[in-house]
Amino acid sequence: MVRIAFLFLLVFSVESYAAIDAYPFPNDELRLRHIALIDELRCPQCLNTNLAGSDSMIAKDLRREVHRLLLEGKTDDEILDYMYQRYGDFILYKPRLQGGTLVLWFGPVFLLLLAFAVLFRLLRGSKALETELSEADSRRLEQLVKRK
Amino acid sequence: MSINKNLLIPLTAFVLLVIVLAFGFRLEDPHYLPSELINRPFPEFSLQDLHDPDRTLTVADIKGKVSLVNVWATWCPNCLVEHPELIRISQEEGIALYGVNYNDVSSKAIAWLERHGNPYRLNMVDSSGTLAIDLGVYGAPETFVLDEQGVIQYRHVGAVTRRVWKSKILPVVELLQTQSGDG
Repeated sequence: MVRIAFLFLLVFSVESYAAIDAYPFPNDELRLRHIALIDELRCPQCLNTNLAGSDSMIAKDLRREVHRLLLEGKTDDEILDYMYQRYGDFILYKPRLQGGTLVLWFGPVFLLLLAFAVLFRLLRGSKALETELSEADSRRLEQLVKRK
Repeated sequence: MSINKNLLIPLTAFVLLVIVLAFGFRLEDPHYLPSELINRPFPEFSLQDLHDPDRTLTVADIKGKVSLVNVWATWCPNCLVEHPELIRISQEEGIALYGVNYNDVSSKAIAWLERHGNPYRLNMVDSSGTLAIDLGVYGAPETFVLDEQGVIQYRHVGAVTRRVWKSKILPVVELLQTQSGDG
């Protein structure tokens, strides 16, 4: 009796687990693309979770939608575009290259170059200071040392 | 006394940082997503009528006049919050209000409307959320304002309270109605 109950539980739990999110795919390529896409798309309801990691209703619906679009033969770009047209910048974890996101893409590079420029100037400045000091003040320095 | 120019560098950097952060951390709701659908036609759909399962509703059924489309569900607590205001709008404001029953069970939805009153002229059954996805809905309730061509002119996320109606939705509706000349 216990064994049967155990067996029942085992079968039932597997079944219910599978029912959460088991999309049939005709091949592994589509399955992997599905995984990659729901990993890259952000859940619109949540602040920082992707579609794969969220349990919210909208994330479930969108996972199903990605599955449907994949089976329809849509490319990854078409699917990302489909989501973008409905949910905008928010849904893409990798923001697109456009007016508003230029700073996001090139800001860091610009800051790095700026940092190098500042570092370069500082280094040159300190060198110039060093040589100037040794030329102009060396005699005075010697006198001071001698006096003592 | 001359000011050392080098001392101005950290000050300038600090001021720049403050400006950047002030833009980055404005006090706005981080849950709010700007809609991509403003100025786009209401998406095509073909959904069952909640009260008449034999009838199929399409976008043609809600086009023609300035109207409101409200996405709602029985599982959504804020829908109950806004419900009295929706009923008032449907009775007093003389504007067509259509419902999209989102990811819900129709029998529950019908019972809910019987209990709390039905402000909707028509209700679309969107049991798998396909129309909601086309609308870019990410939670309920959401309310869309359509002009007479069926183009989405405004979207409100969250409950339509009296204050939201007066300050946000009504001005849009009035503008659209004067533009179309039927207000």
